[in-house]
Amino acid sequence: MSVTMRDITTREAPNEPAQRSQPAPDQAAPAAPRAVALRTEKLSAYYGSAQAVGDVDLTFEVGAVTAIIGPSGCGKSTLLRCLNRMHETTPGARATGRVRLGDVDVYAPATDPVEVRSMVGMVFQKPNPFPMMSVYDNVAAGPRLRGWKMSRREMDDLVERNLRRAALWDEVKDKLHRSGAALSGGQQQRLCIARALATDPSVLLMDEPCSALDPIATYKIEELVRELSHEVTIVIVTHNMQQASRVSERTAFMLAADDGIGRLVEFGKTDDLFTLPRDPRTEAYITGRFG
Amino acid sequence: MALGAITPSSAIPARHRVVARRRIAQGLVVGLLLLSTLVAVALLVTILGYVIVGGLPALDLAFFTERPRPFGESGGGIGPALLGTALLAAVSGAIAIPIGMAAAIFVVEYRSGRFAAPVRFSAELIAGLPSIVIGVFVWALLVRGLVGHYAAIAGAVALAVIMVPIVARTVEEVLRLVPNSLREAALALGAPRWKVILSIVLPTARAGVLTAAILALARSAGETAPLLLTALGNDFFSADLFRPIAALPLQIYRYAVSPYDDWHTKAWGASLVLVVVIGAVGLLLRVVARQRVR
Repeated sequence: MSVTMRDITTREAPNEPAQRSQPAPDQAAPAAPRAVALRTEKLSAYYGSAQAVGDVDLTFEVGAVTAIIGPSGCGKSTLLRCLNRMHETTPGARATGRVRLGDVDVYAPATDPVEVRSMVGMVFQKPNPFPMMSVYDNVAAGPRLRGWKMSRREMDDLVERNLRRAALWDEVKDKLHRSGAALSGGQQQRLCIARALATDPSVLLMDEPCSALDPIATYKIEELVRELSHEVTIVIVTHNMQQASRVSERTAFMLAADDGIGRLVEFGKTDDLFTLPRDPRTEAYITGRFG
Repeated sequence: MALGAITPSSAIPARHRVVARRRIAQGLVVGLLLLSTLVAVALLVTILGYVIVGGLPALDLAFFTERPRPFGESGGGIGPALLGTALLAAVSGAIAIPIGMAAAIFVVEYRSGRFAAPVRFSAELIAGLPSIVIGVFVWALLVRGLVGHYAAIAGAVALAVIMVPIVARTVEEVLRLVPNSLREAALALGAPRWKVILSIVLPTARAGVLTAAILALARSAGETAPLLLTALGNDFFSADLFRPIAALPLQIYRYAVSPYDDWHTKAWGASLVLVVVIGAVGLLLRVVARQRVR
């Protein structure tokens, strides 16, 4: 199964080859500095007057998978939602500090949040395909919502290409025009990944994408995350430490202090963080002593 | 000591008495509930029976197609009233459904705005107004004011005022049923909010929105009081929005208050037609609502 998925993703050209100018991870020496896709500086997030995330500085490298781990309520999902300005769609929510996406200052007054979101794809905790749309229309939803002018042929190609990127094509090619809601949970989540990829984001944010899935579906998504990291920068929030160690190159550990504000405790290469944690709180968490 | 009350010897018979008393109370209450239900159902059956028995003799093809005749001539029907009710429904719906939907969309989709609560409150107030008051208002505004005489358009406006809060409240509830995760998914795809509403929220809720529109139309089709002061009624076929127009409830009223038996039968007939139309709409609603569950 995994072999076929790998075949598909390498055979198919990704949507935007220009974005893969950096070397593939297996060629790059792990220590070599790579371009930064996304950077946060003193990022804080609030719900009304309650602060949820405090002063987080993080860098996300191009073409890498970065995992954000931490116990429930540590602000990891909130942090993720700040990266594409989805956080502020919650009434009363706001963020301070800076986020740089390439050369775009995400929170600059002149920056349109809609523009930011169109450069960053997002996959949510629960699979959420549009229930009244077919599989095909779900993948085509992004381009259509953005008003891309495309011929029927171009759209057919785009849908097939992205379903293949999400390793879903073989399973749905005969039911492209059936409801996306009729697929299994794991297939729905991969459909959501195809939908997010269809608009060529440079960064893909994944908010606990496997927490509603069974182990086999989880395995497929993890496989897919590793494959996609060659084409797109991935930030994945997970409460599952094994998952973080399986899919990510770098891991950030967050923890909410007694004041309820989630802060970054430790950030480094995944192998180092799980084998030689620098912070005693990280060690306590990864050895299962709390959280 | 209070503890003495629960010694085994006295407790067991007392417990039997309590249980027996509870059983009797239970039987009484359930009996009363059943009786009330029967009365409610009997009322419905009686009303329907009266309307059917009274109305059936009036029904023939001419009843649906002819205009009302002066008393003394035989025949005559409710043709203009059917046409008028259809026209009033179309015009009032065209006014009220977009306004009500817009208000609901505003309240649900832009709820962080500070106008949402006042909008909902006013909708509730308007929904609570007696319909004759709305009739008087539209009479003063249009019949005495802008239009200058009784006119179909004034009737349509009065019905629209009644429909707007119904549409707004029902659509509001339907929009709230659309999972927030779908809005988030669309926003995260880089869609502007208005496009999320038009392309994702409304299509997802379309069965419910349709239900809201039909519900409001059915409600307004039976309104009489506001039409008395606005559309006035008309014995002739008219589709002119700036002339008085007939409507089914007005025609029922006109036939019913006359002293003639033949016209009373026609009033029953017209009532039957109105009840069947609204009942059919209700059935349609059920079908639509069931599709939503699918």
